[in-house]
Amino acid sequence: MAYRIVHYINQFYAGIGGEEKADITPEIREGIVGPGAAFKAAFGADAEIVATVVCGDSYFASNMDKASAEIVEMIKPYKPDAFIAGPAFNAGRYGTACGGMCEAISKQLGVPVVSGMYPENPGVELYKKSAYIIETPDSAAGMRKAVPAMAKLLLKLLRGEPLGTPAAEGYIERGIRKNKFYDKLAAERCVEMFVAKMKGEPFETEYKMPVFDRVDPQPAVKDMKNAVVALVTSGGICPKGNPDHIEASSASKYGEYDITGVMDLTEEKYCTAHGGYDATYADRDADVVLPVDVLRDMEKEGVFKKLHNKFYTTVGNGTAVASAKRFGAEIADKLVADGVTAVILTST
Amino acid sequence: MVKEIERKLPVVHVCTIVPISQTVGANRIVPAIAIPHPFGDPTRTPEEEKVIRRHLVEKALKALQTEITEQTVFTN
Repeated sequence: MAYRIVHYINQFYAGIGGEEKADITPEIREGIVGPGAAFKAAFGADAEIVATVVCGDSYFASNMDKASAEIVEMIKPYKPDAFIAGPAFNAGRYGTACGGMCEAISKQLGVPVVSGMYPENPGVELYKKSAYIIETPDSAAGMRKAVPAMAKLLLKLLRGEPLGTPAAEGYIERGIRKNKFYDKLAAERCVEMFVAKMKGEPFETEYKMPVFDRVDPQPAVKDMKNAVVALVTSGGICPKGNPDHIEASSASKYGEYDITGVMDLTEEKYCTAHGGYDATYADRDADVVLPVDVLRDMEKEGVFKKLHNKFYTTVGNGTAVASAKRFGAEIADKLVADGVTAVILTST
Repeated sequence: MVKEIERKLPVVHVCTIVPISQTVGANRIVPAIAIPHPFGDPTRTPEEEKVIRRHLVEKALKALQTEITEQTVFTN
């Protein structure tokens, strides 16, 4: 008998709509929807998608606990043997939803779960410990590669077959350690690695050290009345027409815009360049993403000394971590050089 | 971005998806209203929206003035 699978996808892959439909509440449909067809082909007679959950990305991201509880209840009657989510590629909210659902299903129904994401998807860092996440390319162009790998791994888990290393199976490391016997002593292996390292040859560590990329908090602002406050955003707010052509996704640059004398971000002069959320509200009143109007009021009242006369903006939508890092470092240097003492960074 | 700025200046991250901000490593985090309008609520009148926005900005400034030793989400 074929294994019973439930599949999770977002509003986009279900063909319901894009950002304007990202708020839809979860629903469950019998059988396959959207990318389920590719999974059906990959599973063959071994497994069957009995139901598909569809949920809006913004709805899930804004109501994570509630959405996940609702979806678990919807899935229960279908008595799945396993759960598959996505693939989400580099879509951040979708990846977060896929990971969150994998974690909830695994914990509450105790069945195998698999998703697929690009390594920089924030869902990976959040949920790689809770689920097997197949490493995928960054866009849906990688669907053909992702689906068979996800299906293969899920079938292995269902059959209780032993899994190989993350590299061999194509999933993202979960930090699980397994004992293994070697013919050579640890000391010997260690010296070999060391010699290889000295020679500049490739070698593979047997135990990767975790990377902690944390920054210590700066001391608090003690004298707000004399502070110069700057605004930075990943929400894509820019002068109308996006003069510097900041990309709607995978941004390669940031903008620096003068707001001397600007008291309010109006519909006539400002908009958003962001392609990853419904732009209706930001285009109508960009203050809902970059609160210039309120900060001007507070500046007038003397809450702080000055609102910096420039704001910095980029689009945080599938943007490479390396790019974001560079933008942040450059912006920080500019702000320091301009005498800014405190920063508000807004994200959608 | 927030981390690179924190290396030089105190920064508060006002954002909607708090778990992502936590994973990225922001230190001062203030939860915002919703993804397409973190500082607004289109169901209210523009005047009411501005009051909500002001409240959130005040929260952000308060976070900047709070001494912390570890990642902190300012919910109140």
